[in-house]
Amino acid sequence: MSTGATAMASWNFVRKSFYQDSVTLMLLTRDMEAVPGVARAAAMMGTPQNLVLLHDAGLLAAAGEAAGPTDLVIAVLASSGAAAEAARAATERALTARPASGPPGAAPRPRTLAGALRALPGANLALISVPGAYAGAEALKALRAGLHVMLFSDNVPVATEVELKTLARERGLFMMGPDCGTAIVGGVPLGFANAVPRGRIGIAAASGTGLQEVVCHIAAAGDGVSHAIGVGGRDLTDAVGGLMLERALAALASDPATEVVCVIGKPPGPATRARLGDWLGRLGKPCVVNFVTRAARPAGGGSTPPPAATHVAATLEDAALAAVALARGKTPAPVEFTDPPGAITRLVEDAERRMRAGQRFVRGVYSGGTLAYEALGLLEARLADVAPGLTGGGVAHRVVDLGEDVFTVGRPHPMIDGTVRREWIEKEGAAADTAVLLLDVVLGYGTHADPAGELLPAIVRTRRAAESAGRHLAVVASVCGTDGDPQGRSAQAAALRGAGVVVMPSNAQAARLAALIAARRA
Amino acid sequence: MTIGDANRECVRRLQAGGAVLVGVRPAREVLPALGERTLLHAGPPVAWERMCGPMRGAVVGACLFEGWAATAEDAARLATAGGLAFEPCHHHRAVGPMAGVLSPSMALLVVRNEAFGSEAYATLNEGLGRVLRFGAHDQAVLDRLAWMNRELAPLVDGALRRAGGVDLKNLIARALTMGDECHNRNTAGTSLLVRRLAPHVAAARTGDVERALAFMDATDHFFLNAAMAAAKAMLDGCHGVPGSTVVTAMARNGVEFGIRVSGTGDRWFTAPAPKIEGLYFPGYGPDDANPDIGDSAIAETAGLGAFALAAAPAIVQFVGGTAGVALDTTRRMYEITLAEHESFRIPALDFRGVPLGIDVRKVVETGIVPVIDTGIAHRESGVGQIGAGFSEAPMGCFIRALEGFVAGLGV
Amino acid sequence: MEPGHLLAAEIRVVSIGLELFADALGARRVPVVHIDWRPPAGGEPRLAALLARAGDDVDVERGRP
Repeated sequence: MSTGATAMASWNFVRKSFYQDSVTLMLLTRDMEAVPGVARAAAMMGTPQNLVLLHDAGLLAAAGEAAGPTDLVIAVLASSGAAAEAARAATERALTARPASGPPGAAPRPRTLAGALRALPGANLALISVPGAYAGAEALKALRAGLHVMLFSDNVPVATEVELKTLARERGLFMMGPDCGTAIVGGVPLGFANAVPRGRIGIAAASGTGLQEVVCHIAAAGDGVSHAIGVGGRDLTDAVGGLMLERALAALASDPATEVVCVIGKPPGPATRARLGDWLGRLGKPCVVNFVTRAARPAGGGSTPPPAATHVAATLEDAALAAVALARGKTPAPVEFTDPPGAITRLVEDAERRMRAGQRFVRGVYSGGTLAYEALGLLEARLADVAPGLTGGGVAHRVVDLGEDVFTVGRPHPMIDGTVRREWIEKEGAAADTAVLLLDVVLGYGTHADPAGELLPAIVRTRRAAESAGRHLAVVASVCGTDGDPQGRSAQAAALRGAGVVVMPSNAQAARLAALIAARRA
Repeated sequence: MTIGDANRECVRRLQAGGAVLVGVRPAREVLPALGERTLLHAGPPVAWERMCGPMRGAVVGACLFEGWAATAEDAARLATAGGLAFEPCHHHRAVGPMAGVLSPSMALLVVRNEAFGSEAYATLNEGLGRVLRFGAHDQAVLDRLAWMNRELAPLVDGALRRAGGVDLKNLIARALTMGDECHNRNTAGTSLLVRRLAPHVAAARTGDVERALAFMDATDHFFLNAAMAAAKAMLDGCHGVPGSTVVTAMARNGVEFGIRVSGTGDRWFTAPAPKIEGLYFPGYGPDDANPDIGDSAIAETAGLGAFALAAAPAIVQFVGGTAGVALDTTRRMYEITLAEHESFRIPALDFRGVPLGIDVRKVVETGIVPVIDTGIAHRESGVGQIGAGFSEAPMGCFIRALEGFVAGLGV
Repeated sequence: MEPGHLLAAEIRVVSIGLELFADALGARRVPVVHIDWRPPAGGEPRLAALLARAGDDVDVERGRP
């Protein structure tokens, strides 16, 4: 031991014939210098050059001087023998410890499409949900790489949509979207989608929750879905001209598993409607169309009569049931209510009897755009003074679609997070002129794990507050889902009923019931 | 021709490029454009006034070596007075590690890229510690350089002729399977090269054979300079393809980091040289460190060094990482390159080729910059290497390169 | 139905954006890889515009596709 700086002394520990990698040695140095009381340390092989270095650093002691080139020298400049020993012990631990390593071969997530294609060779579909400003470029890259695309994002310019769909047509690819939230291809649910049995009914939909409502009713009726292709909310407008719908219909026409085709969307533009007639005529299979509509226009939409084999349905539920009927060789029959008339009357009276004077209006608080639109149309057909938009304005009957852009800037979609819906439920429930709250509860992959549970606290609070002010709030809902969904339709419906919510078999029936109740309050 | 076509052609040339070490010759013999009183240096252009400590020290040493000045002070005065010209090694098909100072009398490794009929050059590696490339210029350094010129260079040159040249591409490919990445880890490459040369050195009738062989044995990084010249030779072969966005050089002068791109000719795109994240030898720390310096990033430009880190996992311990970090580093570099090398493959990645052909556009798009593993020099001249670690090429270089590239399109 | 047609194929998905969609597919054992996506060029429109002018299909002499 030789004396170095004041109160510091150097200790050397030599391990004979103990070769270590220079990098490992540098790590040992770092570990030792972290020990309290150690001023400086080094772990080096005992080559002559290294011994000189150790000497120059004031670290060399007698034991180290005697070391040879294949010996490991641990050299410590410390304030006490105990500190030096602690440093030595630290190196022992480090040398014998096994490295903590991640699972071998687990690669980091790729940052680019090229990286993703290396990681998953044979990838054939890009599911894109990035902000709209970037969505078009990502979809373009995917198409150029030969992938089909499902574009969940919205706020994509219509010119970009046309460019994408034109390129996709040239390449023989599917370009589903933009604003395509749902699809089921080959039994695989994509985006927000429900678990439904595979079967013989194929759907092409320019609507997310519309597609969901239809497939769920098909499943409830005991039939199944071959493919449910989303085409994007704007596809049927004349600006886009049904570019993806045409492709979807051609695919369903040649798909051997598809026996009946169902087309869902908002009413097409006039030019698109005319060409739609041709496409439907070429299907060679029975077809049902539902153009979710408002009171001003008939359910089939427009003056051009559809081809003979096309059945026109007035609601999403009717479209599903019609498709099932056609598949079974039966005649479709629209549904007003599933429950017998007596039961409906009792429901209406029950709700209405306990209301206070002044409670007059239906207030819809929706998460699904198409469901809100369908409800609005049904209310308009039966009531006066229904506010025309879906942004919650208006003083009498109104429906708000909280999935609209204005509500989702910087906030998660209401199908994923219930915060905004709870706020609206409480707001509408607190209004003295609200008679009926009308809700959709949408289940499936990608949506919240417990949509009913998300809403119930607000429903319960709002009703109690209304009761204490002498008002009875009727809450009418439908559950769009199946028991195969992660949330389980039966369980969700039971939870809602437990809180006094009237759960109707479909969105259309829920809207009709709400209208009946409000009609008695007029 | 589209940009895609240009890049494909550039990568094709890069894959096809060869690198055979054919001889050792004096700089003035193989660099005809090298003016008298001209010194070459690492990195993009830099004036004497701005040079960092190690490079100034190396300049002084080169002056003394050439006999342009008698003392260090005279050498510095000569430089300050404008009596010397400075140019990047890259402008003369050469590369130099650390300060990379190269003078007319120095002996250079000559590497031929037969596929394109071109050559690239680098000095012989002096070893570690007090050496010229870290700015040391005392008598021991000058004596060693003189010995290398007088004895080592002719012996190696003669050995190469007897051997019919040494295929460096082959040695690099083998070294990658033996734990080297050919930038910070060269033990296997040096062993293969020295083993190949030794019988032919020993066959020399005259010269300091014993000392030459002992010198090469003791110089762990002897292969580095050869690997750098090989990378330079291969990359020069793909430089100058109009419309190509492939990076053909990355280099640092201790003050700035610069890149060159195949389709933008001789332009340098520069940004301040980054600091290096790493571990230090005993007694040194980050305050002592020189910013990133040297032409050795030519290794990463060719898919070696940190790009091939998956072949040399021991190095990640410099940043406290695990062997998984080595794999991830190479994998990340695939995101910014266009191809995988056909010859340089990594066993740990199931013999996948190293990431090849850095695309300026991909760097800007992904935000992933090339990573370089490198030695850390002391910022004062003459002290030497004080540690090792990783540095990142500055994004600014790639943004400027993209701007320059786009401005030149359709013109 | 021609080969490569989506309806006849086994779906293998590249997910870009919301991770929950990739998770849902993974839970159903559908082959999926999720991209660690961030806005290209760090979200800078100027750089994104430069990149758009340097695409693979841009003709070098004309400066556009």
